[in-house]
Amino acid sequence: MPNPDASGHWGEFGGRFVPEALIAALDELEAAHTAALADPAFTAELDKLGREYGNLPSPLYFAERLSEETGVEVWLKREDLNHTGAHKIRNVLGQALLTKRMGKTRIIAETGAGQHGVASATAAAYFGLECTVYMGEEDTRRQALNVARMRLLGAEVVPVTTGSRTLKDAMNEALREWVASVDHTHYLIGSVGGPAPFPQLVRDYCRGIGDEARAQFLERTGSLPDVVAACVGGGSNAMGIFTAFLDDADVKLYGFEAGGDGYDTGRHAATITAGQIGVLHGARTFVLQDEDGQTIESHSISAGLDYPGVGPEHAHLAATGRAAYEPVDDAEAMAALEKLARTEGIICAIESAHGLAGALRLAKGLKPGARVLVNLSGRGDKDMGNVVEYFGFANEKGA
Amino acid sequence: MLHAADAFAKTRAEERAALVGYLPAGYPTLADSIKAVEIMIDHGADIIELGLPYSDPVMDGPAIQKAADQALAGGFRTRQVFEVTEAVAGRVPILVMTYWNLVERYGVERFARDFAAAGGAGLITPDLIPDEAGEWIAASDAHGLDRVFLVAPSSTEERIASTVAACRGFVYAQSVMGVTGARAATSAAAPLLVERTRKHTDLPIGVGLGVRSGDQAAEIGAYGDAVIVGSAIVNCYLESDDIPAGHQKLAELTADLAEGVRR
Repeated sequence: MPNPDASGHWGEFGGRFVPEALIAALDELEAAHTAALADPAFTAELDKLGREYGNLPSPLYFAERLSEETGVEVWLKREDLNHTGAHKIRNVLGQALLTKRMGKTRIIAETGAGQHGVASATAAAYFGLECTVYMGEEDTRRQALNVARMRLLGAEVVPVTTGSRTLKDAMNEALREWVASVDHTHYLIGSVGGPAPFPQLVRDYCRGIGDEARAQFLERTGSLPDVVAACVGGGSNAMGIFTAFLDDADVKLYGFEAGGDGYDTGRHAATITAGQIGVLHGARTFVLQDEDGQTIESHSISAGLDYPGVGPEHAHLAATGRAAYEPVDDAEAMAALEKLARTEGIICAIESAHGLAGALRLAKGLKPGARVLVNLSGRGDKDMGNVVEYFGFANEKGA
Repeated sequence: MLHAADAFAKTRAEERAALVGYLPAGYPTLADSIKAVEIMIDHGADIIELGLPYSDPVMDGPAIQKAADQALAGGFRTRQVFEVTEAVAGRVPILVMTYWNLVERYGVERFARDFAAAGGAGLITPDLIPDEAGEWIAASDAHGLDRVFLVAPSSTEERIASTVAACRGFVYAQSVMGVTGARAATSAAAPLLVERTRKHTDLPIGVGLGVRSGDQAAEIGAYGDAVIVGSAIVNCYLESDDIPAGHQKLAELTADLAEGVRR
């Protein structure tokens, strides 16, 4: 497994840029995670949970009509069919089980669109843990339905009113709260970011996506895909599917970042493409920042990709050239979302549509019959408000 | 250039704790942050801690967040901390307290050089642990700057030992597990943390987080070598109708705190 060095770095990326007050908890977490993964009882319980509760493994689906249209074979890893509708269930079940193992009774989480918040609230309900979710006040208004879901599941939702009142501020607030409650609370971080060991830990719980997909692909086609594509916000679904293929030198890995209004407008969330190396939320990575190092607000139609940082392992994969990262703007993503709906009868999340759109763009440069594996990381039900607004379904077009 | 050690030589001779006053540079305005520092020095602050406003201050509570936001909204730039430092240096040691990304973005070596040239004493780095501080340790050695890292109630003995070994000037004891902010009662964990830290170092130990009155300053001064006050100072301006009223409040608060450390 391509783990970071002993101090949590991949090359110059990662590490721990947090208050000393949190170091003991991070050390404890790292030791607990390592011991848990080596404990057959823990992994067996997590597997069972995934199968019986999470609906894992997710299917590998050959998108026949979409393949005919594009001239390459498009294969979809159907994470949208998981319980709670996205790959995120893998991360929360793993971390919640670890929380129990550590003897902690409460989890806190940050959320942007609310998907990770809902997944966290779900795991908390399942395990009987207390759960508090921090969510930017802006986002609580935009995603009222997810706020209701979290509350129905028994979680407390705290609207964050500081800074830009979005995901990065929710993460600031979760970190602040964690310092004050660390003895009985686990911070169930939602992506492969944050201080070590979080980027590795979240990846470890998400890597089942790629482990399953690689085995499924070999079984179905007798070969490996030529290209693996995924969307990248913080990057948990992408690390989840990339990890199994890192040592397969012939498999090209592509991460697609949110290009927002268009890369050249400056209003985007293309952190690796446009950011500079810096420190944000506990790790050294690429950051959208101004000349002084103040964080710049990101923009994307997809709330799940709307984050000005990215997981440090992605930064490392970009720096070493093992994976390529490119922006996909709102329009290109929404076109892919519509195309998938009309050719395959699948409504995916806007996040996942970025990965698909990037793959369809790449397909034009690939030889006919090339095999492209796309991580369809989530379903689109949560995005219907945006979809209605974007396509104008409420008025003439949908009438 | 004055260093933290110069202030502690004086306070130790006077057998009292030092008073450290914190204010974000650029708050309430750039000019008024200079004025505020002068007020603190005039009324008995022994060391000044200038905050560098940052967009994502994860260790700070609402008061300091608000002040930092206001300074940034007013157009504050990193390099202006050198202007403020230069304007007030010479009377007491001036340290900058900053989240690490701002220094890294400016350039660690370049920041150390420009800050030393402005008469600064050193840096307090709340989100930089010695384990990640190789470049800063080299730059602070090269430019003779103090380096103040934090210890916390959750720190193990090993981590306290390695952290104080990397410090120069003083050690910052975070007295409560939580963000900055004035509290009615300070933490019971603080005296214990100071006692644990003393076993590992002869450096002075400053105690921060939560102090807002002369009485609390006296209480902390009984076991700590420095009493660090931040949010209560910022509140002087947040809770005043205008800046002159804030200056007035700050003068009164500083005098009260200075009297507290002299009891």
